[in-house]
Amino acid sequence: MVDVAPLLPLCLNDVSYAAGGKQLVDRVSLTIDAGPRTVLLGPNGAGKSVLLRLCHGLLQPTSGQVRFNGPESIDGRRRHAMVFQRPVMLRRSALANVAYGLMLAGVPRAARLHAAGEALDRVGLAHLAAQPARVLSGGEQQRLALARAWALRPELLLLDEPTANLDPSATQAIESVIQAVHEAGTKIVLITHNLGQAHRLGDEVVFLSGGRVVEHASVGKFLHSPASAEAAAFINGELPWQ
Amino acid sequence: MNDFSAASRAAMSLIAGGDPHLLGIVLLSLEVSLSAVCIASVVGLPLGAALAVSRFPGRRPLVVATNALMGLPPVVVGLVVYLLLSRAGPLGEFGLLFTPSAMVIAQSLLVLPIVIALTRQAAEDAWVDYADLLHSLGAGPLRSAATLLWDIRFSLVTTVLAGFGRAAAEVGAVMIVGGNIDGVTRVMTTAIALETSKGDLPLALGLGAILIGIVVAVNAAAFLLREASVRRYG
Repeated sequence: MVDVAPLLPLCLNDVSYAAGGKQLVDRVSLTIDAGPRTVLLGPNGAGKSVLLRLCHGLLQPTSGQVRFNGPESIDGRRRHAMVFQRPVMLRRSALANVAYGLMLAGVPRAARLHAAGEALDRVGLAHLAAQPARVLSGGEQQRLALARAWALRPELLLLDEPTANLDPSATQAIESVIQAVHEAGTKIVLITHNLGQAHRLGDEVVFLSGGRVVEHASVGKFLHSPASAEAAAFINGELPWQ
Repeated sequence: MNDFSAASRAAMSLIAGGDPHLLGIVLLSLEVSLSAVCIASVVGLPLGAALAVSRFPGRRPLVVATNALMGLPPVVVGLVVYLLLSRAGPLGEFGLLFTPSAMVIAQSLLVLPIVIALTRQAAEDAWVDYADLLHSLGAGPLRSAATLLWDIRFSLVTTVLAGFGRAAAEVGAVMIVGGNIDGVTRVMTTAIALETSKGDLPLALGLGAILIGIVVAVNAAAFLLREASVRRYG
């Protein structure tokens, strides 16, 4: 365990992805390093989700390379995990949903249930452990999805608009879990449309437009003095009351 | 209309009489059809799910073929199994022709494409939602297929019922490979065909009513089971 190279940095080298005749990600070169929380911002269709899927290995780039510093899995356990915009709940209990991910990661049965219980506890769902996952509310399902990912102890957690469909209080609950994951030492990469969320949860911003990285800056710098016209327009569009 | 009222009287008296002969026919029908459905499900459910999650050359023709085989004519299946099991056939040495085993084999072959095709469709529809998650968690094709099967288990009740319906209703295959031997291979459908050809229409209709009643009862039980499970597990 000690002599395994750290997973990060993740280097994207001239990565492109095309589907259905459309260039969704266009020659992106980007280094994602451990530590600061990275927020992917950009208008719809900018290629944020595709980029995240390329990082996670759900999609293979049409050209270019996605390369982690260290091996992507140790003993069958993947070192990076992903939480999707719409949580997919298996038709079983909340606890079993978390335990399922641990089983695929090769965790022995007894340790699995214990770790799953702990993960539920960390996201505040311990009291719903025995409930069928499908009957939980949207916010609870997303917290469960976070618990399922977090239980795997990933070094990198990729989040694709995890609060897109949630009300403010559910959003707040999710944000505090993400903050806790960060404080526990996991690198966070988060897609959001919400500049407030970017401000609250982000340290650095990668701004995408038309499948390309337009800007890569600290959150403060990006929000207050964006370098590109596209980013400025995006920020103004997101804050129409200003 | 006379035939129908006579038929209901015949059915009533058959049931009320508790005729052991009739009971034997009913039980054999259930035994043959349920065995066939069990065999077809054990083989077909995993195959259907595997077909849903895998991608290989020739997959699309295979999907079309299994869909088409749902319409297999029972008499043709009966004939093929007859040729295989007959004394001169490749499996003749087992002496299975004109036994309930032969009927189970024929009905299994009839039901199998239905189970595979309907499972494949249900699993593939679910796969759209599950693919990213299962890939993300590192599930391989076999694990994914097993997980899908478990998660769509309530839909699969209908799949298995469709198979049972097919088996319980067909007459062509069991007639050819079973031979409708009284007390040995006579089942509901072959008995109905026989009574019809003998001209005893009320008895034939009465048997038909009982057959329909059994099929409805099996479906009602499955429906209630499914409803209770859905309420429980969401």
